[in-house]
Amino acid sequence: MNHNYQKDISGCGLTGLISKKRRRLSGDQIVKSLCLMNDRGNGLGAGYAAYGIYPEFKDFYAFHIMFDEPSIRWSVEEYLKANYHIEKVEEIPTFPVKAIQISPLLVRYFVRPLKERIVGEMQEEDFVVNSVMKVNSEIDGAYIFSSGKNMGAFKGVGNPADIAEFFRIEEYEGYIWTAHTRFPTNTPGWWGGAHPFTLLDWSIVHNGEISSYGINKRYLEMYGYKLTLLTDTEVAAYMLDLLIRRQGLDIPSACLVLAAPFWKNIDAKPPEEREFLTALRQTYGSALLNGPFSILFGHSNGLVGINDRIKLRPLVVAVKDDITYMASEESAIRAICPAPEKVWAPRAGEPTIVELDKEV
Amino acid sequence: MFEINATGAYYRDLNSQVREAVEKGEKEITLKGVNGQYYIGDGLRGNAQITIEGVPGNDLAAFMDGPTIRVKSNAQDNLCNTMNGGKVIIEGNAGDVLGYGMRGGKLHVRGDVGYRVGIHMKGLKKQAPTIVVGGTAGDFFGEYMAGGVLILLGLDEKETRPIVGDYLGTGMHGGAIYVRGEVDKNLCGAEVGVLETDEDDAKVLKEALADYCKDFGLKLEDIMKKPFKKLVPVSSRPYGNLYAY
Amino acid sequence: MFKSLAPPEYIADIDREKCIRCKRCIQNCGWSVYSWGGDKVLINTSKCVKCLRCYHYCPEEAITIVDNPTRFKSNAYWSFNNIRNLKRQAETGGMPLTGMGSDQKYPILFDSLLIDACQVTNPSIDPLREPMELRTYLGKKPSALSIEKGKDGKARLNGKMPPQIALKLPLVFGPMSYGSISLNAQKVLARTAKECGILMNTGEGGLHEDLLPYRSNIVVQVASGRFGVNPDYLNAGVAVEIKIGQGAKPGIGGHLPGEKIPLDVARTRMIPVGTDAISPAPQHDIYSIEDLRQLIYAIKEATNYKPVSVKIAAVHNVAAIASGVVRAGADIVYIDGFRGGTGAAPSIIRDHLGIPIEHALAAVDDRLRQEGIRNEASIIAAGGIRSSADAAKAIALGADAVAIATAALITMGCTTCGKCYTGNCSWGITTQRPELTARLDPEVYAERLINLVHAWEHELKEILGALGINAIESLRGNRERLRGVGLDAQTLDILGVKPAGR
Repeated sequence: MNHNYQKDISGCGLTGLISKKRRRLSGDQIVKSLCLMNDRGNGLGAGYAAYGIYPEFKDFYAFHIMFDEPSIRWSVEEYLKANYHIEKVEEIPTFPVKAIQISPLLVRYFVRPLKERIVGEMQEEDFVVNSVMKVNSEIDGAYIFSSGKNMGAFKGVGNPADIAEFFRIEEYEGYIWTAHTRFPTNTPGWWGGAHPFTLLDWSIVHNGEISSYGINKRYLEMYGYKLTLLTDTEVAAYMLDLLIRRQGLDIPSACLVLAAPFWKNIDAKPPEEREFLTALRQTYGSALLNGPFSILFGHSNGLVGINDRIKLRPLVVAVKDDITYMASEESAIRAICPAPEKVWAPRAGEPTIVELDKEV
Repeated sequence: MFEINATGAYYRDLNSQVREAVEKGEKEITLKGVNGQYYIGDGLRGNAQITIEGVPGNDLAAFMDGPTIRVKSNAQDNLCNTMNGGKVIIEGNAGDVLGYGMRGGKLHVRGDVGYRVGIHMKGLKKQAPTIVVGGTAGDFFGEYMAGGVLILLGLDEKETRPIVGDYLGTGMHGGAIYVRGEVDKNLCGAEVGVLETDEDDAKVLKEALADYCKDFGLKLEDIMKKPFKKLVPVSSRPYGNLYAY
Repeated sequence: MFKSLAPPEYIADIDREKCIRCKRCIQNCGWSVYSWGGDKVLINTSKCVKCLRCYHYCPEEAITIVDNPTRFKSNAYWSFNNIRNLKRQAETGGMPLTGMGSDQKYPILFDSLLIDACQVTNPSIDPLREPMELRTYLGKKPSALSIEKGKDGKARLNGKMPPQIALKLPLVFGPMSYGSISLNAQKVLARTAKECGILMNTGEGGLHEDLLPYRSNIVVQVASGRFGVNPDYLNAGVAVEIKIGQGAKPGIGGHLPGEKIPLDVARTRMIPVGTDAISPAPQHDIYSIEDLRQLIYAIKEATNYKPVSVKIAAVHNVAAIASGVVRAGADIVYIDGFRGGTGAAPSIIRDHLGIPIEHALAAVDDRLRQEGIRNEASIIAAGGIRSSADAAKAIALGADAVAIATAALITMGCTTCGKCYTGNCSWGITTQRPELTARLDPEVYAERLINLVHAWEHELKEILGALGINAIESLRGNRERLRGVGLDAQTLDILGVKPAGR
């Protein structure tokens, strides 16, 4: 029964920052920024994603896996051992926090696919995506919530400060950070439902509800994605993976798909641009994210902020030195950067794209 | 003469070459090494003379309007599908469903043809299609015929098969079928009447067959030696009583 | 003549007090119900079909048409239609004919589906003052767009898109041929299509030269009768449609009775005047799926690759058939459901063959997605679309656009009396009698049909606004925004829709 699901609905606040110069910043900044927006969440979910946190294992995929029961761990590890070289396994370090009484078993694996397992024209990334889909949809009680290189997501049920303390966020140093506080309207209780949502190097935090969810989901399913989480955020992550990694669109073009310009504006463009934009909409109509959203998506080379095409959700951007900040509210930025050089609210559907300087 | 080597060419490339040549004003075009390419002459206009060496694929001359195509060997199925004008000459045999819904022009086949030839042919006074078959034909010859002329000759004296198959002219409501020799009434559709030919018919036959003879180097008087039967619809409303209103 | 044992269905009555003997009823009735008796209008009520032409044109409102209270004894098993048809068959030995889509009591799934709306967690959108986009493109879409970087570093299109047909809203008119309907009725459709930025479809009766000014809004049809098909015709419109089947009569051919073939129709079709125009059940050059491919590409070769639509009837195995049609190279698959209309079909066929469009559409959209080829062709859903709500539900189930035909005829005066095959339509729609067709002024009636299209356009925008989406592509295939009421689990599963309350 692929139709009989209950969709996850939530409101939220988000924040993110990037150092173009790849300066690794401690997690305390992002925690402070997120905690300012406490009222945008209801204490039923928060999370963080950071890039550049595992430099010593940067060539390995860092699988963060949550297990509802410790016993499930062994069947997952059996699968991993058969398909991956496992460089290192450890429980994700946590602090006991009073407000968080129950948590799943949290383990991280630094892995590399076994060469002989990758056959035909399959790319290494496809293999990893397939593994994530397989574990998440087929092994009950196990969930890979982070699978990129030199990056990781940390999330759970709790308010932003408690989740940060629990995962010892302050102890990580990264050059891109995103964070999210959540206001779910359905039954809470599952840690996997919190943001950020990630796949490979993609990480998404998202505010708003995508009213086009149903067709976005069916469109992705046509390309083999298994949508197990019933959240809009999952849709956004897979959509980026499909458009950018698998179909070769550049980031600006992918943004034009997610928040497509109106026909009226397309029709007014010069011929070559009009032809391109028309073709994008004709081809990717089912990938349009319609309804209120603002999204931050991190990837190994940068951070992108975008909101929907009639600006139903807020997004503010600020710049200071080599750092760009993006958040639901300006105050969340000012909490950690009191005097930015420039602050602005991007127009509807207009992406803010920041890329890291080349590694030296 | 303009020559195109069709050996191994995909139909889309071959046909665009042909169209290009016609647009350039080439009047005589020869396609060499044809084998199985579909749609040669599809929708083609003008008055080019196209000669095909090899066996052309299905739907030769579909929707064609003007040119003349001569095939120097056998041809496959669906020739002259909904053809509007022009001429197709087949020196050998041809397959099934030839001239389906044909609206004008001519199809001359020297040899035998398959099933459902000349079905649903149309015709107005000014514009009417003609199909002449030199050998034998299969079942459903002239089914649903609404106009035009179908002529079946049975020229091969050594042929032991009957000249035409069953259900001849079934559903016919216009046009005329001429068969050289006798017609077994049991093979005809219920809508068909079998008549002797008269003066007017002889005129129609002579005109059509003179051109046919020219195409294949035959003698008109040899063909005309044997009498023809004419098949016409007996009712313009063969199904008038089929329904209750 | 032996009087029919089937009682008249309707009683036409004139209030003699009110009647001023103007004889307009006599002039207006195409069925000869009324005649002049020297001092008063005589009534032959057995000919009445309740088309209400006389009622509307009686200046004194003296006419009433009522359902005949004299029926056969009511019987929950032997319906009126059963008994009447048996009597007619006993009297004629013929197959009872009928027009329009089936009026029988099969479940109507559209009436068991409800559309979602936004409250709080996501916002509804004001459709009148904020942008709301219905533009739809029909045609093959690539699975992935190939892009390249221009000199300015910006992405641009690498190569060409397959041909696309732009619709201002996801609506087209279903095919109705010249012959089955009057030229004036076709002109109403053509004018409206042009004015509203949508499409009309010639059906398989050829293209009358009067319609040439509307060619950029016309789809020409090729069916088994090949009427009026020549290279000019194939290139005259924006697309070519191959008709395989019709929802009202899947698997059987077309039969335009000789009464509807006067000189001009005969000329357009290239057949003799007054004969029955036969469209055979199969196209005799298509006996298999590879033959369909052959015809699709024969047409593409003849038209420099215009989009080709293939119209099929919704039958039990429609998903597999549609998949084959897409793989054969069709740019558009037009699916006509069980309730689809017809000018003439044996009622035994119309009322008992095929499946409803709702099931068929859901199955086809699912199948094409499972096979990863949904982008390869657009889907047009047809067969009983009665309102913009039906249209919205069909689009949510997976259609790119819907086709309407009966709904369009209703704007011209049609009351779905179902007697199209007689050629006596008093409204001048399904007739070729010049005194009747002259009534249907294309300009006047186009205005009414344009009004209908505009009204649906507004309604669709209101529905999208309530759903909180501002582009039709976000509704297309978005079954998450539908809920079923009173449907069993299996039907819900087929539709891919949750029950209301979930």
